[in-house]
Amino acid sequence: MNTVEFTAVVWVGSLLAGFLGALTGLGGGVVIVPLLTLVFHVDLKYAIGAALVSVIATSSGAAAAYVKEGYSNVRVGMFLEIATTIGALSGAGLALYLKASVIAVIFGLVLIYSAYTSIRAQPHDSTEQKPDRIATWLRMDSTYPTEHGLQSYHVSGIPLGFVLMYVAGVLSGLLGIGSGAVKVLAMDKAMKLPFKVSTTTSNFMIGVTAAASAGIYLSRGYIDPGLAMPVMLGVLIGSLAGARILAGANVRILRIVFSTVIGALALEMIYSGLTGKI
Amino acid sequence: MSDAQTNNAAAEHLQADQKMDAIMGILLRSGVILAAAIVLVGGILFLTRHKTPVTDYHIFNGEPSDLRSISGIFADVKAFRARGLIQLGLLVLIATPVARVMFSLFAFLYQKDWKYVVFTAIVLGLLLYSLIGSAGA
Repeated sequence: MNTVEFTAVVWVGSLLAGFLGALTGLGGGVVIVPLLTLVFHVDLKYAIGAALVSVIATSSGAAAAYVKEGYSNVRVGMFLEIATTIGALSGAGLALYLKASVIAVIFGLVLIYSAYTSIRAQPHDSTEQKPDRIATWLRMDSTYPTEHGLQSYHVSGIPLGFVLMYVAGVLSGLLGIGSGAVKVLAMDKAMKLPFKVSTTTSNFMIGVTAAASAGIYLSRGYIDPGLAMPVMLGVLIGSLAGARILAGANVRILRIVFSTVIGALALEMIYSGLTGKI
Repeated sequence: MSDAQTNNAAAEHLQADQKMDAIMGILLRSGVILAAAIVLVGGILFLTRHKTPVTDYHIFNGEPSDLRSISGIFADVKAFRARGLIQLGLLVLIATPVARVMFSLFAFLYQKDWKYVVFTAIVLGLLLYSLIGSAGA
């Protein structure tokens, strides 16, 4: 295979990964790493470097739309980014000391958890939250658009949310992913934000979290231009197309099918890690 | 403060927030488009020049030092090297969220929201530490 052929094949694969990532809500990064390592036999470090770059592209592209529509809670995002950037720096530092096989196993486990959360039914928002002392002090309570006009909500559980965000940051820095699943867990379950607000605010934060470890990855030589080029352009276009085509459509069955595929990829990553193939 | 004044202040805050959100959206979108355009140009150049067998990504060798640092990338771009040009696009991409945080810092300063000025400054400090501290040289 020459360079042009390889680039074309990786581009098409990344296009599909971006499409799948948008469809399942997992993000393109989480799909591209198993694709590159298991199918194209790319070293895990190069795969993580290319994935991280594509994560910044999709998150910033999508965040632009959500922020304008008024879904994202910029204050919650900004405050929690302290936790995710510190976490991302820790994770990128940790990546130096862990063997690739160990990272592959952790990746597989995170992937299984993410696939599980994507098929779980969307939780119903509780609007009966009481004002929280810390949230009021931090002026986090806000509104979001619904069919019946602006709906106000209260934020709570900030300390636990902050700790979970640190964990999300570590995973992002270690694995080169956005770790949207853990971010949504922190905001949805711990801080009781409405589902639409937690998913869009998570997306808003992913770019900053990923940028925190990107500098370290670049300086370590993980980011190869020849590989990152088709991956970034593919994942970006794929995820934009995915988000546009599937907006509002009922994709539950498709989600279950694709999440099963992703679960299988996750198992293979764990197996490859345990047998030392990665 | 009367209720009307409180409402007024709240409405002003909301308006300022909405304005900030709108500018932030434009900033993020432009950054991604600019980055993708540079990567695309660099990529086309790369593919027209490299018809050789594909690089072996199976074994990690790390990138050459010029592609690992900001100054090295700029030197490559000046020499019109394709890989350096792609790397510049990726650098613009990495800088996009950093620019967003910088903008937030100014917006919170303008709103005199001191708590968030501090939070944003911490995040910006960490980002610059990572980017310039590790890839700056």
